[in-house]
Amino acid sequence: MIHSTLVTDAVNAQRRSEKRRWFVITCLMFVLLLSFVFDIATGPSMLGLTEVANALANLLGLPVEVSRTTQVIVTNLRLPIAVMAVIVGGSLGVGGAEMQTLLNNPMASPYTLGMAAAAGFGAALMLYLGSLGMSSQIAVPIGAFVCCMLSASLLFGLAMMRHITSGQLILAGIALLFLFQSLLSLVQFVSSPELSQQILFWLFGSLTKATWTNVAITAGVTLVCVLVLMKDAWKLTALRLGEERAKSLGVNVTRLRLKTLIIVAIMTATATSFVGIIGFIGIVAPNIARMLVGEDQRYFLPLSFLVGAFLLSSASVLSKAIVPGSLFPIGIVTAIIGVPFFFWLIIGKKR
Amino acid sequence: MLDVKNLHLAFDDLVLADDISFSLKAGQTHVIIGPNGTGKSTLLKTLFGDLQPQQGEVRFNGELLNRKHLGEWRQRFGYMPQDIRLDVGLSVLEVVLLGQLDALSLKLGNRLLEAALEALDQIGLLHLANRDVRTLSGGQCQMILFAQALMRQPKILMLDEPVSALDLHFQQVLLDHLDRNTKQHGWVSIMILHDLNLAAQYADNLLVLKEGKLVAQGAPKDILTPELVYDVYGVAAEVMQDSAGVPFVRTQRSGHHASLV
Repeated sequence: MIHSTLVTDAVNAQRRSEKRRWFVITCLMFVLLLSFVFDIATGPSMLGLTEVANALANLLGLPVEVSRTTQVIVTNLRLPIAVMAVIVGGSLGVGGAEMQTLLNNPMASPYTLGMAAAAGFGAALMLYLGSLGMSSQIAVPIGAFVCCMLSASLLFGLAMMRHITSGQLILAGIALLFLFQSLLSLVQFVSSPELSQQILFWLFGSLTKATWTNVAITAGVTLVCVLVLMKDAWKLTALRLGEERAKSLGVNVTRLRLKTLIIVAIMTATATSFVGIIGFIGIVAPNIARMLVGEDQRYFLPLSFLVGAFLLSSASVLSKAIVPGSLFPIGIVTAIIGVPFFFWLIIGKKR
Repeated sequence: MLDVKNLHLAFDDLVLADDISFSLKAGQTHVIIGPNGTGKSTLLKTLFGDLQPQQGEVRFNGELLNRKHLGEWRQRFGYMPQDIRLDVGLSVLEVVLLGQLDALSLKLGNRLLEAALEALDQIGLLHLANRDVRTLSGGQCQMILFAQALMRQPKILMLDEPVSALDLHFQQVLLDHLDRNTKQHGWVSIMILHDLNLAAQYADNLLVLKEGKLVAQGAPKDILTPELVYDVYGVAAEVMQDSAGVPFVRTQRSGHHASLV
């Protein structure tokens, strides 16, 4: 065949581009590991990086000498928070990535569709109702989860209708965002000042609520959800060609849309109910990932996870470093980093 | 092969298919023509199972189109919708590969890559394989989407205005490729065209739609007359024949007076 060298060249070029994308993923894993270690090291008592590394090695069963205090700080205090940062960041990144894919809009995320606001309302309502006699450690996450899923199920209902466009879904989501923000304000308005304070603190979003149980639940849910999404990687890629074309390629768009929406809602509800509202990662992480590896979901999806995890992990480091010795709510930090980036993204689009 | 019987489809009082019946043979190119907004794209969507008609049935090889088995029904279709925008961070090769969606796994085998490159090569666009689709022109996108539809190895190929953005060269590449492969592989090829001359040149069977009705059907040389053109489009035209006996249509410039009437 005359063109055989051209074909070989094209195959090789494709393989090179795949290798490049793997390289980007590996790099992100490395910087994530770095920020993870820094996250463990920073706090009221600063630890050396070697101490942290030794304590981690010790945990993995390697025979390394570590002081007992360091080991306790790392295992019981810092590690749950650091792991939670990685998982929640990753889950927000993936959630945002799939929302953007689904709605064909780079500005979509579970946050902009009112899921986070609904969770906030659920948590506030639970606090207002005195946790219904349960421990607030359990009741508040449940309230947040249930409310988030309820709000999302309105979106599911819309997504199931055959001729609803993604634009209409976004509009409905934004309407829900306003609805739940108003309801949240209402709860705060009728609450006592002390209660209002508690609600506000929950809304800030904070990783300090992380315990090993929370971490295990969030990790389990996130892992399952990400694997299910990965299985649909090619279909989700096809969806980005437009819904009509995805249909023409044999994708059952209604089903895929509903399935993905449910998975994202579960992931978001779980993460948000344990750590509160953390904005911007869901929008920013997928956009960075898209710039780095394009929109082949085989790379885009894992990279969105890694970028999200890295952003939240480094925000966690920053939140402890801003005022040494005290903990700044991480939800505030992510928005402050997120906004300049968001602006850059908007301006960058114009070019 | 592909049989449509008494199809009726309307949105409120907008009738887009009014008691349409036809039978399309394999190994032939069937071209649908008709004015804007007359139900041509709607008809393709109905054949694809995307719109549900109020009445009538669609059969392929005797098998009835049933909403419960839509996945299997669509398996045999290569369908190229009208919209040719490609605003996505993928390479040309990746877009063409999506034609074989069901065969794709996390690891891409060389066999599939080569099949996609072969599809590109057949329409003379192998050199674009590794380009980002966002850097392509509208016409190039249209050709890439044609390659994607071919990649599906269809039994029924439906093209909705496939040459709307193509230059003369690529018009011919696409239509000749379609013509050759339809005969060779026994596809049922259905395409919507606006250019009556291209339609006359490439159609084995011409279907003329007007306001949801099938007003004429047959070989272009049998049905393409000045009366039909006037009846369907309200345009005065001469219909002549070239040396091969293929009809061609030349519209008459409506004078200043005519437009005042």
